[in-house]
Amino acid sequence: MPHPSPLSSFIAGARDTLPMLIGAAPFGMIFGTLVATAQMHAWQGQLMSLSVFAGSSQFIAVGLIASHTGMLVIWLATFIVNLRHMLYAATLMPHVRHLSQRWRWLLGFLLTDETFAVMDRYYRYHPHAQYGHWYFLGSGLAMYGNWQCWTLIGLLFGAIFPQLQTLGLDFAMVATFIAIVVPQLIRLPHIAAAATAGGVAYLLQDLPYKLGLLAAITLGVAVGLLLSPLRTSDKTTKINTEQT
Amino acid sequence: MNITLTIIGMAVITVFIKAVIFILGDRVAFSTLLKKALSFVPVTVLTAIITPMILSPHGKGMELNWHNPQLVASLTAVIVCVTTRRQLPTIIIGLLVFFGWQFLLKQ
Repeated sequence: MPHPSPLSSFIAGARDTLPMLIGAAPFGMIFGTLVATAQMHAWQGQLMSLSVFAGSSQFIAVGLIASHTGMLVIWLATFIVNLRHMLYAATLMPHVRHLSQRWRWLLGFLLTDETFAVMDRYYRYHPHAQYGHWYFLGSGLAMYGNWQCWTLIGLLFGAIFPQLQTLGLDFAMVATFIAIVVPQLIRLPHIAAAATAGGVAYLLQDLPYKLGLLAAITLGVAVGLLLSPLRTSDKTTKINTEQT
Repeated sequence: MNITLTIIGMAVITVFIKAVIFILGDRVAFSTLLKKALSFVPVTVLTAIITPMILSPHGKGMELNWHNPQLVASLTAVIVCVTTRRQLPTIIIGLLVFFGWQFLLKQ
């Protein structure tokens, strides 16, 4: 049952993102505390959360700034680590292509791992939802507001308690991603793809500029594709439901 | 000043990556193979990001033992997720086990 009005869709989107907000909270806070260790001003940390709004690349950037890495390398790392959003956008595109330019810029900016997970599930159950974009906006703005608040709290706490970063708050990201990934591991190709990606990422974690991550994703997807033809008699893969 | 410029550059790059497909819309067409490949992207990306954080939380070799709270809490989270199929308990119980285990190890 898709929601009957823009407002109810917006609220439902924000509400269904609640688990992700809890997972992102400690993650935003640790980001805030890290800023102080990188010779950055607090306002620059907040500026990064406001304008970049992509958690893992923000972490990497702060780490690289702390080790006095050049601007171009930081930009390259940002590009590689965030490239996955292009693939998220491609998955969701059939559901937003009818919207105005302004809507598409806005929803694109608000796209994150968490909102993608929420929207992918929503569109699978409601492929023709009239107010799906309001649901998307609700999810995206909830994540955005949450990220700004916890960045600010982290900035304030980091200035007062510098030892906070040793608590391992980044585990919140691990718990969130487990909650996103595990429900998708139903069929063999997806299980094999995830196992390959995890294994390769572990083995190549010392490669510079997150190249190990890129190799892991590429090989994981390749393994998934190789195993798929064996099961082509499947009803549909979840993405094939969209019209071309 | 340089840091501010770095951040602005990151923002431009990230917004471009996130929005370009939405903006191009109908002008990009995806083949069946590409669509199939895309269906594997979330699980591979997210698993690739977290596996090193779980197995070698200090970035120095594998820590496959009970003294690794990341590992213990991740296994718990996976079990909770498989049995309940719900995200909220998975995240909350995972975090509680993580902080609880870390606290116990320090005793």
